[in-house]
Amino acid sequence: MVQAVRDAFGHALVEVGRENPNVVVLDADLATSTRVHYFAEAFPERFFQMGIAEQNMMGVAAGMALSGKIPFVSTFAVFSSRRACDQVAICVSHCRANVKILGAYAGIMSGNNGASHQAVEDLAIMRAIPGIVVLDPADDVEMAQVVRAIVEYQGPVYLRVTRDVWPRVSPEGYQFRIGRAVQLREGRDVTLVGTGVMTSQCVEAAEILAREGVEARVLHMPTVKPVDIEAIVRAARETKGLVTAENHTIYGGLGSAVAEVLVEHAPAPMVRVGLEDCYGACGTNEELLRQYRLSPEHIADAARSILDHAGRR
Amino acid sequence: MSALTDEEVRRLEETARRIRCHIVRTIGGAGVGHPGGSLSAADILTALYFRVLRVDPQRPNWEDRDRFILSKGHGAAGLYATLAERGFFPVEWLQTFGRLESPLQVHPDMHLVPGVEISSGALGLGLSMALGMALAARLDGKAYRVYCLIGDGENQEGQIWEAAASAAHYKVDNLTAILDYNRVQLMGTLDEVLELDPIVAKWRAFNWEVKEIDGHDMRQIVTALEEAKEVKGRPCIIIAHTVKGKGVSYMEGQAAWHGKAPNAEQLARALADLGCQG
Repeated sequence: MVQAVRDAFGHALVEVGRENPNVVVLDADLATSTRVHYFAEAFPERFFQMGIAEQNMMGVAAGMALSGKIPFVSTFAVFSSRRACDQVAICVSHCRANVKILGAYAGIMSGNNGASHQAVEDLAIMRAIPGIVVLDPADDVEMAQVVRAIVEYQGPVYLRVTRDVWPRVSPEGYQFRIGRAVQLREGRDVTLVGTGVMTSQCVEAAEILAREGVEARVLHMPTVKPVDIEAIVRAARETKGLVTAENHTIYGGLGSAVAEVLVEHAPAPMVRVGLEDCYGACGTNEELLRQYRLSPEHIADAARSILDHAGRR
Repeated sequence: MSALTDEEVRRLEETARRIRCHIVRTIGGAGVGHPGGSLSAADILTALYFRVLRVDPQRPNWEDRDRFILSKGHGAAGLYATLAERGFFPVEWLQTFGRLESPLQVHPDMHLVPGVEISSGALGLGLSMALGMALAARLDGKAYRVYCLIGDGENQEGQIWEAAASAAHYKVDNLTAILDYNRVQLMGTLDEVLELDPIVAKWRAFNWEVKEIDGHDMRQIVTALEEAKEVKGRPCIIIAHTVKGKGVSYMEGQAAWHGKAPNAEQLARALADLGCQG
């Protein structure tokens, strides 16, 4: 049974909490939405309700981390990345505090709450701050592994937590590793690189392309920083170009990370799929994917444009 | 804690005077730094590091140590002078203040200096971090206390009030804040820039125990810090009335000396005012 990604997160957090007494959780009055309320019920003495005061929450978490705790800071991505940005930079990043920053409801598929609740630049912000691992898992199976991995990892992490149920893309026997991309489909014509829930859209896009005789490689990149340079370079050398797809602005996130690698290591044609310098709006996830040109059909279009340019079609 | 004798008060006052000499030499020598708010806090820092804090310069990361958080990071020269005098690192380091390769950055970098608990300089952050440490101590059943020095200009930051509400909500009584209430900030007096009064009433309204003292009277400082340890079920803040630039005649109460280094002639006058040797 496929779970909502946030539920997979919430249950995994309880598991790591049971195994590691240093795991603590801080919440800014959103626990039932972010699903850290499971942890609160299991370990009330290690759950800290900080109220609607995200800047203080981030600083308190850093202080706890410097005293040996492993704090998970829970709020929506818009608040952890923007409202508490200076606290993330100085208290967490500069102090190298072992804080796990959660970005719940990340991207535009955020429960029909509209622009104020849609983090479209959180990956860019977190990627620009020194020393933070930036993660955007694709599905419930991967999320459960990610939670365990970041407790073991010593250092600041930003973890996007998507709200809803998304198609499971993690292959049988998948083992998540920080910094490693996973190839979900082999192909030699073009590469579709996805992060977060957009990977499932890339998988669908590859099926659309396959019906046209185009073999698309699908790379899932759960770690946006540090990005898997080798996987990108290999895709650039073995296929005719790359499409990146992210639930985020095309400025500063996955597309930018991949472009940086290509320019320095293996120049190749590339198209970025993501929000084009705009905010989101209310709507169902399906409506939003279409409206903001993030759907499998749009990803397939981007791939076709690369192949047209390369003279493949 | 042994009773505070007149002799110890004199010893502490003499230490504070030496720390002030270090501060003006450090900033004058470097040509950069914040003398006003370093000098105003010198007596508080002396009372903490030479009487109150359970720290060991040989083991700066000793896990049961008391934590001192300099939230007003621009007071770095005061903290460095105090740590050097206390033996955390050689006094000679002070001569490198503000240089690229120096551990003593103009605002503190916790990774470079033994005894510095957090990186600070962006105002308003430290009280939250101190609260996090205090809550961690409670979780771990540890006896260490956390002390946090905030500036009065810094007290204009909203996050300080978030932290104030939060510390009171959690009834944290192993945390003592000290407000360096010198009433002067970079652009003028506190009242000109953004007044805070009635400051005592505000902190009381946030459910803190509030003590009001003369921040240059060593006996009052030590007494307030020691009484704060006995407060149960709520955090305590000591509102320390201080003088910006204390001890240097031409700096006292002057916003112009918030973030300006004295030149050679001014430094000589400062050293003479403070009775510094050599």
